[in-house]
Amino acid sequence: MKDFIIPDRDFGTPAAKSKQLVTLTIDGFDVTVPEGTSIMRAAAEAGISVPKLCATDSVDAFGSCRLCLVEIEGRNGTPASCTTPVAPGLKVHTQNAKLKQLRRGVMELYISDHPLDCLTCSANGDCELQDMAGAVGLRDVRYEAVQTHFKAKDNSGHINPSYIPRDDSNPYFSYDPQKCIVCSRCVRACEEVQGTFALTIEGRGFDSRVSFGAKTDTALTSDCVSCGACVAACPTATLQEKSIIEIGTPSHSVITTCAYCGVGCSFKAEMRGDELVRMTPYKHGKANRGHSCVKGRFAYGYASHKDRILSPMIRDSINDAWKEVSWDEAMAFTANRMKGIIDKHGRHSVGVITSSRCTNEEAYLVQKLTRAVFMNNNTDTCARVCHSPTGYGLGQTLGTSAGTQDFDSVEQTDVVIIIGANPTDGHPVFASRLKKRLRKGAKLIVVDPRRTDIVESPHIKAQHHLALTPGTNVAIVTALAHTIVTEGLFDEAFIRERCDWDEFQDYAEFVSQPQNSPEAVQLLTGVAAEEVRAAARLYALGGNGSIYYGLGVTEHSQGSTTVIGIANLAMMTGNIGRPGVGVNPLRGQNNVQGSCDMGSFPHELPGYRHVKGQAVRDIFEKIWGVKIDDEPGLRIPNMLDAAVEGTFKGLYCQGEDILQSDPDTKHVAAGLAAMDCVIVHDLFLNETANYAHVFLPGSTFLEKDGTFTNAERRINRVRKVMAPRNGYADWEVTQLLANAMGAGWTYTHPSQIMDEIAMTTPSFAGVNYEMLEVKGSVQWPCNEASPDGTPLMHVDGFVRGKGKFINTEYVATDEKTGPRFPLLLTTGRILSQYNVGAQTRRTSNVVWHDQDVLEIHPHDADNRGIKEGSWVRLASRAGETSLRATITDRVNPGVVYTTFHHPDTQANVITTDFSDWATNCPEYKVTAVQVAPSNGPSEWQEGYSAHAALSRRIAAAE
Amino acid sequence: MSHDGPHAKLIYMANQIAKFMESKPHDQGIEGLSSHINDFWEPRMRRQLYEVLDAGGAGLRPLVLDAAALIRRPSIAA
Ligand code: SF4
Ligand code: SF4
Ligand code: SF4
Ligand code: FES
Repeated sequence: MKDFIIPDRDFGTPAAKSKQLVTLTIDGFDVTVPEGTSIMRAAAEAGISVPKLCATDSVDAFGSCRLCLVEIEGRNGTPASCTTPVAPGLKVHTQNAKLKQLRRGVMELYISDHPLDCLTCSANGDCELQDMAGAVGLRDVRYEAVQTHFKAKDNSGHINPSYIPRDDSNPYFSYDPQKCIVCSRCVRACEEVQGTFALTIEGRGFDSRVSFGAKTDTALTSDCVSCGACVAACPTATLQEKSIIEIGTPSHSVITTCAYCGVGCSFKAEMRGDELVRMTPYKHGKANRGHSCVKGRFAYGYASHKDRILSPMIRDSINDAWKEVSWDEAMAFTANRMKGIIDKHGRHSVGVITSSRCTNEEAYLVQKLTRAVFMNNNTDTCARVCHSPTGYGLGQTLGTSAGTQDFDSVEQTDVVIIIGANPTDGHPVFASRLKKRLRKGAKLIVVDPRRTDIVESPHIKAQHHLALTPGTNVAIVTALAHTIVTEGLFDEAFIRERCDWDEFQDYAEFVSQPQNSPEAVQLLTGVAAEEVRAAARLYALGGNGSIYYGLGVTEHSQGSTTVIGIANLAMMTGNIGRPGVGVNPLRGQNNVQGSCDMGSFPHELPGYRHVKGQAVRDIFEKIWGVKIDDEPGLRIPNMLDAAVEGTFKGLYCQGEDILQSDPDTKHVAAGLAAMDCVIVHDLFLNETANYAHVFLPGSTFLEKDGTFTNAERRINRVRKVMAPRNGYADWEVTQLLANAMGAGWTYTHPSQIMDEIAMTTPSFAGVNYEMLEVKGSVQWPCNEASPDGTPLMHVDGFVRGKGKFINTEYVATDEKTGPRFPLLLTTGRILSQYNVGAQTRRTSNVVWHDQDVLEIHPHDADNRGIKEGSWVRLASRAGETSLRATITDRVNPGVVYTTFHHPDTQANVITTDFSDWATNCPEYKVTAVQVAPSNGPSEWQEGYSAHAALSRRIAAAE
Repeated sequence: MSHDGPHAKLIYMANQIAKFMESKPHDQGIEGLSSHINDFWEPRMRRQLYEVLDAGGAGLRPLVLDAAALIRRPSIAA
């Protein structure tokens, strides 16, 4: 499991994709490589490392350092091997007297302008300049440079104008220009890998320097998004993680998976002893291909934050102070209370909420707890509030509740539609991969009320931005379908073969109705009909068309309808079942996909099988030795309603802060307050814990084994790199609770839980930890039919048989603007923070976002006398809160926007209890509001903080 | 939505489903609505819906009334 730090081999230049093979000879050895490969890479594949400085295989070769020179028989001079492609029959020499002398000369020049403080340098032992000096046999430097970049004062004691002091403004890495060799690897990484273009090389010759944009820009104030790609690419100590500077180099590493978003990046957790030194993106990770974002790469400090609670706590009433107790005492207290509730109010009076942040194995155990120990189906998950409509919509139309592609598919797409997603903030590593494809010429259509960064950023501009009025997704999607059908742009052959032609006829008749035309809905959606038509034509005729969507689709009263509409679009244009196309939900949290797969929803057992099916219940009844309830259980909003009504009394909530993340905070608070036993199992005393009777401390992803499943259905291993600081991994805590209630579970490792999942769930039948060790990761379904997993779904036919077209009638939400609440509020997230912010707020990421702000159009701000940065009162019919405003034309007049990362803002005091018709997924994305200047926090905010402070008291140990 | 009466929320939810199902042919709409409620509504919710239906179904859209016969009435014991 633990391997020593052997840096992933650097082949110098990226792999060539050609199928054509070329054979050449390097130092007398025959080498066969794809056409287009560099000589440097060909040599590396034959095991010969040509010295190099400016080349690295994450970016295209640049050919500036001249260290990688080789000789080619029959050619003049000494070409750079990184920029010279292979050709059949070449005879290449990488080492001879002439080359040795040339290379030493190059190194001498570099070293004469480099401080010789290797022993105390932070990159000592991990520096390519050092390595190359060794490789070329540099033994002395014959001249002393008159002018340098590294001496603060020159030889005569004058200030050296070429000396630039270290820039420590970024909280996670430093930029120390004196060590820079101007190889431009960082600049190319920022452009090619990340796609932000924050770095440039300024000046020429001796004066050329790396710069964060304008002269006055520091790393922090520049466009830099702190992804760390440049730091990974830098061969010297110039761009260096601060943790390395503080701790030193790591000694061993463990491959694991980021616990933040649904991209599911693979990382190397680099350790010294049990101290985490740094996280570096893993080159062979199939979701991220060696890239990362600021959260996964740097924002892990919450794991050791002082706010983490490490001992269990209990209290009789939520008005008491918390009492720290032993695990035994906590379990006895909890089991006793829960049993008491069940005895008095029946087995349906309690339930669980599984976490989309915890592992598959942990989610599986939590739903098993309610189904096999509490004996009901009252299980739900935070996916309820984000992607439950995806499950319903894709299940109905295509037959599986999951995205159809892998992320690699984006490399082959020609036209991308992004609906209600903000990938550069929400799914940054996917966004970087998408931007790479867009820069190579793919076309982009964005459907979003707000001008998100992907609409316009360096070297990227969407062909169409349909800036619709919040709440009109169905109208737009149906108008796109109207255009495709009435203009005859659909793929008849595909529909006839893969779908039911008669059903399509009905559907075509429905969308063709004049009230569904772009012209008819123009007033409603606020999008010019011609734009809609042009976008529809581009998607239907532009080659491989793919759709990526997010919470801006699902979190509406018609969320499920929009998902159905999206699937209809893909089916009618034949954009499903091959690379470069498909329907792809971008999942919010790291394990939303997994928690849904694991049977967290109250109506279905693991693998999306309804509890009404006797055959499915049989499978679990046999293994669990219990009788499973055949009626669907309560969903989160239903649990809260039932609690207020008095029939739901006890809840075990793992890794989820429903008070902060669920809509209509006041209703949630009332529901929680009405319960007799609320068990919160989390890292921190979160907002929900204010209403809890039991607090069970949780463990971080660094402290346990398990698996996460990302948005491409990829099952990735999470590996324990240190012992749980709270004493137990989360799956062990659930087992303790189950056993305290008499369950008699005996799992000793999460691999046994996965074996039980594989045994009961056909799409996981082939999954086990041994195979994940070998394959790295696998996309479900993984079973006898597809032992290596399934990168693309619906290739030869839809999972449900024939694809199903379903009518998508637009029904306006009842959340309407009027004289009291004339503006529409929509919500979202930003890059540096994550969900309710419990983790990221406890890291240095707060330097980028220390509070939620309200975006408002200059016109609306002007009307109300609102100034940039001033406090405003934001009110809806559900409640009101206060926050600061920022004035921007990213939003249209009539629309305001905010994030919900900070509990003080309480944005969900504002959101209402409207929800998706099919799944009760709350309508976060549309709330009618009024905005007015204010002096500071609202009464509710102040009252709430006071209550929170009171309920967080922990009694002093006696 | 308005919170008049204990059943207002439930009536609202049933009507929301009805609005989606109304764009289907009537028999498919009835089938769709009843199986949706059978599959996703916990017995407590269906019991409350039946309280409304038994009292005449005031406030419910016609499709819900038409589909009522196919909505499973929960057994008395919890
Ligand atoms: S951290 Fe990322 S965004 Fe910032 S300069 Fe480096 S590569 Fe560019
Ligand atoms: S900062 Fe590092 S990667 Fe960038 S040019 Fe300087 S040495 Fe090269
Ligand atoms: S937060 Fe998402 S994109 Fe960023 S490193 Fe983690 S998994 Fe990757
Ligand atoms: S590595 Fe080839 S020129 Fe620098």
